[in-house]
Amino acid sequence: MAFVGYLLPPEGRNWSALADYKANGGYEGAEKAVRQMKPADVLTEVKNSGLRGRGGAGFAAGMKWSFLPADGVHPRYIACNADESEPGTFKDRQILERNPHQLIEGLLIAAWANSIDAAYVYMRGEYRGAFDNLNAAVAEARAAGYLGRNILGSGLDFEIYVHRGAGAYICGEETGLMESLEGRKGQPRKRPPFPAIAGLWKRPTVINNVETMSHVPHVIRKGADWFKTIGTEKSTGSTIFGVSGQVMRPGTYELPFGTPLREIIHEYAGGLRPGRTLKAVIPGGVSMPVLTAETAMQVTMDHDTLQKNGSLLGTGAVIVFDDTSCMVRAAIVIARFFRHESCGQCTQCREGTGWLHKLMMQIEAGKARKSDLDTVDEITRQMEGKTICALSDAAAWGSGWFLRRFRPEFEAHIERGGCPLAGVSFEV
Amino acid sequence: MPLSEELKARIAAEFPKYPEKRAVLLTALHFIQAECGGWVPPDTVPDLATLLGILPIDVEEVVSFYPMYHSDPVGKWHLQICTNLPCCVAGARGLAQALEERLDILSGEITPDGLFSIGESECLGSCGTAPVLQVNNEPFVENLKPADLPALLERLRARAAASGSNGSNGSGGGR
Repeated sequence: MAFVGYLLPPEGRNWSALADYKANGGYEGAEKAVRQMKPADVLTEVKNSGLRGRGGAGFAAGMKWSFLPADGVHPRYIACNADESEPGTFKDRQILERNPHQLIEGLLIAAWANSIDAAYVYMRGEYRGAFDNLNAAVAEARAAGYLGRNILGSGLDFEIYVHRGAGAYICGEETGLMESLEGRKGQPRKRPPFPAIAGLWKRPTVINNVETMSHVPHVIRKGADWFKTIGTEKSTGSTIFGVSGQVMRPGTYELPFGTPLREIIHEYAGGLRPGRTLKAVIPGGVSMPVLTAETAMQVTMDHDTLQKNGSLLGTGAVIVFDDTSCMVRAAIVIARFFRHESCGQCTQCREGTGWLHKLMMQIEAGKARKSDLDTVDEITRQMEGKTICALSDAAAWGSGWFLRRFRPEFEAHIERGGCPLAGVSFEV
Repeated sequence: MPLSEELKARIAAEFPKYPEKRAVLLTALHFIQAECGGWVPPDTVPDLATLLGILPIDVEEVVSFYPMYHSDPVGKWHLQICTNLPCCVAGARGLAQALEERLDILSGEITPDGLFSIGESECLGSCGTAPVLQVNNEPFVENLKPADLPALLERLRARAAASGSNGSNGSGGGR
């Protein structure tokens, strides 16, 4: 347990006040960037760091920035994704509530690197405390000259606006977010054009997640070479893993990429309840394929390893199930969620999510036939790769992989005419 | 109920942040809900549409798309329990049932005194402190157990009494 994180203050502390943030190295990265580095050098540093997006897709942040047209095309925007809604994910909220200036500093450095005029932080509407906290920090940063006109004498004019969403998961999808920010239903856009060319109000737009932007000050302050000493070759730096479900100490743990999942569950999160055994683990939020206990105990938490083992890192949201949990019930909750959150544009998703939920309910009730399991499998395959955005794929993976990896338990429901873990498992 | 001049001014004060007035729509709806007892009364829609330079249908489709907006009245205290996976694993279903029994209403209903309504919520981002409940738009009540419900409801009743109202107030968006 030697690793000391850099994204959050120590347990029980809060660096929301500017003075506390600055006392811990805050804004040194931004000062260095605007006083000593050309925008192109900042971009190069971020590219060299290997920083990958922490919002779910893991795309290289520096690469994304480099897709923007050359400076001269204005206005250009940052859309910062604070719509954290992937079930199991609660890490950005920690940053927003306990270290908001770090995000502001990251946005400021990104603005310098990409010649940005304004950033819109799109925050899920339920995060009331985080909204108030970030707004207070933005006001304090503005008063101290880190936002506004001619920031730190650099000639850069840059503003941050915090914008509230209203409870729709799909607004965490990058183009759904943009539609929503513009005052519409959050229905994702077809691409191309990509946001770097035509994003918010059809202007060039950088979009990154809260945690991704929060790494940027550290990359600039301590350098890409330092950043690459943490994590693995292709997944550099640390991330905040959120552990929930049936463990003794659920919570957020900032650790390097490449940390064994076994260590996260059994050491950091305190292991299982006494007498229980591990059954399944979702490694990256409910959109990502579930792992059996056997696989979960062998993987390390980085992009490549999880992909090789039949899942994805997603948001690093680890949901743990012990032997009391019914896998069909888990699949029901996931299917219900995606049915509720499908925006309705694409037939495969709108119809498929509803169908999956109904079938899962029938299986749990013991009213399904064996052939229904094949139908589930078939539906999930028809939902993949055929829609405007990835919500349909996520819905298919989230519940479909419970069937593929725990098929005997699904069959047992059908054979027994009901749930083998009735009275034992959590209720849905 | 047309929008008050004060509310119109608050909405208009958001315009300079954006290149288009329409971008203020979600924020404006949050303001209206806070002002109107937690829901968007239909007769506020034409005024808002005019103010933003859009059609009433543009407002209505947004109200119906987003779960946080209510096109029907809710209780003074709208209670939402997260029933997504980490919360369910931590006992959210039992908590939701206990709340329904204690208030003697179902999800989607309002108590006869107008004080409480119940809704269900998708993941609130509090999975390490599950189960979680949100009252209106206030900071979350975390690690909530059925045994904690009587005291929570008592506190809310006391707050309603202290504010001298029941059934409607401006609590939808503030603390």
